[in-house]
Amino acid sequence: MNKKDLGLLILIVVVGAIVALINPRFLLPINIANTANLVGMFGISALGEAFVVITGGIELSVGSMIALIGVLFVDFLANQGVPWPAAVALMLVLGVIIGLFHGLLITWLKLQPFVVTLCGLLFYRGIARFYTQDSTAGFAFGQSFPDLEFLTAGRSWGVPNSFIALMIIAVICWVVLHRSVFGRYLYAVGKNEDAARYSGIKTGVVIVAAYVICQVLTVISAIYFAMYTRSISPGSHGNFYELYAIAAAVLGGFSLRGGEGSIIGALLGVVLLQELQNLVNLLGIPSSLNFAVMGGVILLGVIVDQQWGRFRERRRIMESAQGPKAELAQRLPAGR
Amino acid sequence: MADASPSSREPFLTLSGIRKAYPGVLALSGFSMSVAPGEVIGLIGENGAGKSTLMKILGGVVAPDAGTITIDGVSRPALSVEESMTAGIAFVHQELNLFDNLDVAANVYIGREPRTGGLLNLVDWRKQREMVAPLLRRVGANFSPATPVASLSLAQQQLVEIAKALSMDARLMILDEPTSSLPLSETEKLLEVIAGLKADGISVIFISHRLHEIERAADRVIALRDGALVGTLEKDEIEHDRMVRLMIGRDLKAQTAPPAHPPGDVALRVIDVQTSTYPSHRVNLELRSGEILGVAGLVGSGRTELARAIFGIDPIYGGSFELAGAPFRPRHTSQAVELGLFLVPEDRKGTGLLLDLPISQNISLPDLPRYARNFMVSSGREEEIAEAQRRNLGIKAPQVSTKAANLSGGNQQKVVLGKWLAMSPKVMIFDEPTRGIDIGAKAEIYKLMRGLADAGVAVMMISSDMEEVIGVSDRIAVMHEGRISGTLSPGQFSEENVLRLAVGKPLQEGGVAA
Repeated sequence: MNKKDLGLLILIVVVGAIVALINPRFLLPINIANTANLVGMFGISALGEAFVVITGGIELSVGSMIALIGVLFVDFLANQGVPWPAAVALMLVLGVIIGLFHGLLITWLKLQPFVVTLCGLLFYRGIARFYTQDSTAGFAFGQSFPDLEFLTAGRSWGVPNSFIALMIIAVICWVVLHRSVFGRYLYAVGKNEDAARYSGIKTGVVIVAAYVICQVLTVISAIYFAMYTRSISPGSHGNFYELYAIAAAVLGGFSLRGGEGSIIGALLGVVLLQELQNLVNLLGIPSSLNFAVMGGVILLGVIVDQQWGRFRERRRIMESAQGPKAELAQRLPAGR
Repeated sequence: MADASPSSREPFLTLSGIRKAYPGVLALSGFSMSVAPGEVIGLIGENGAGKSTLMKILGGVVAPDAGTITIDGVSRPALSVEESMTAGIAFVHQELNLFDNLDVAANVYIGREPRTGGLLNLVDWRKQREMVAPLLRRVGANFSPATPVASLSLAQQQLVEIAKALSMDARLMILDEPTSSLPLSETEKLLEVIAGLKADGISVIFISHRLHEIERAADRVIALRDGALVGTLEKDEIEHDRMVRLMIGRDLKAQTAPPAHPPGDVALRVIDVQTSTYPSHRVNLELRSGEILGVAGLVGSGRTELARAIFGIDPIYGGSFELAGAPFRPRHTSQAVELGLFLVPEDRKGTGLLLDLPISQNISLPDLPRYARNFMVSSGREEEIAEAQRRNLGIKAPQVSTKAANLSGGNQQKVVLGKWLAMSPKVMIFDEPTRGIDIGAKAEIYKLMRGLADAGVAVMMISSDMEEVIGVSDRIAVMHEGRISGTLSPGQFSEENVLRLAVGKPLQEGGVAA
């Protein structure tokens, strides 16, 4: 765990302590379990987003995909009689296809990730609404899928299974991103795609893979969200969720320019966001302010982080300026 | 020092007894110099000799610890940035600072645009262009003030920078490595521009690692070593070997040893290849294992594009390659790398290295699967191999975990080399391998290239540095407008022959290009 992550963890603990002092209900098992469940669901999609952000890209269709997968999955189960493991598999395949589609548009046709995924955001939302003719998709009275419900909305030893799922996925992601060859390629491509290509790395493949991973994790989180709400109105379900995912990554130390960030950072970002959401509820702040609180905190966090980075950079330059080879010449004011 | 000036005119700028220490290091000590109007001073010294500190003091960015700076009879302990500007000291940096998206005139007057339209405070484009036109004539530019900068060559952009300095009434222009990215013919033009400035009474401090140019342009040469002035050469004393001796304090050996063996089989054959710069022209070239083939030519003659095509970065529009006798058509760099064909690119920082990563991770990057067990990268193995390369190449860094960004140019280039040498190269293409590298590190790079060739690697070296091309190559191929205009064998090596071929003329003395 690096210093940045540690700082974020301390912030989470401090905010938690303050909230707990003002309203002790914060520490009630029921509240913690509810928050953990939300952390689990949002966390899975945030980890997906993290893979794309590492490459210097962005995936804006997360929320719409959560709605689309939600209505399809519920409809397959409730109305089409598809067995749930098959439905899950189908959804995952759909995620892979959409990830491939986005990745290829970005690498082959050299479209900008923002544009491609913005179109995805509009497109999948539209399809979701059309699919149910703008009505809510839900289960019939008495329909139940005990195994699926246990895995998604259930608890083990009091811990929500969504949170456990997040932990398992996070461990896998951590290994992939921070230890594997592929993870190293992801960072290399994000930091400097040209230099990666000049080192013989198949940068296109790496980028496409990042979008596929993102969509697969989005599908998994979509299934959790669907089984959590159990009724999905395609016009509003999952709205803004891509922005939560991006916000968590940014809070966790990811740079939208790519090449920077860690899995632990992204997880802590998700935890902090959900803590803030919880804080708004528990401290009696009007819930209409909840976006404002979130936006304010993220902005503040990013400013502190940037300034801290600049401070360290300055200190490093001062130190190296005192070394034998002061390379400050390159930093003479431009245009002189 | 004032008496050392050959100019009959009085110096307008004098530095005396300048000292600047950073904790632990004396960057400059007891340094004195003077600049007379219309004098061209060549400033030489290896990287770290104190040139940068001197520039910073003249630019007003750094204050010396001791000594005085006298301009037009007014002495000061230090200059501020404003004082430096009002005194007419202007810099043209190695890396140009122009706005690609603006035209020439707008670049020259950026931040100082002539205004019109009263309260609307609009830019008076017409007037701006009228003001810039005479400046461009002075520097011999053949483009109009309305030309977008993006469409200019590097050499032309440099002229824009010089015009910009002129527009600020510069009296002393400091050109920092102005020719390091220029081709031969453009270098000629720049030297003419410098002569023109001199005739107008503008003084020039010309910093370069290319000693032949200094030899031609400078009235006086000042050499720095380890922060001290180690010598001044007057016009008639300026010659290559003396400069080298001053800079490094000893004679530099002949640039490379001769090859240990005669060249072997053809390792790479380029057959009728057409690249994007001159799609209608075809390149034919043979590269043998064990030889160093120098590829000379003007910038824009298609050399870098050829290298990129061979390495699988750019597509080719016709023709074919053969690698060790087998057809080879790389669609991606990974295919070239797999077969042991490596490129050390021109742009070290942009494409050669990941500056944010440690040395060890840069070295392992192209061959990462080899450092992995069950897809997990072993950082121990990485460090071990990087450490071996560090010792082998003499990379000066505290540890292999040092970030590449914190290394000097020469050491960065060694890291780029290290990443390929840790694999097994068969063909190595070097694109401008010693640009911006000091003379000591250059010699080491040449030695490494020779070592590779002697070990049976086919080495291709693209270079715009005449000394280097002639001193290092076993054979020289010269490119002109997208094709090979001739190949020279050692007996034919001369600056004149290379230049003639580079501009597309035939060789003179009955000797036909092989």
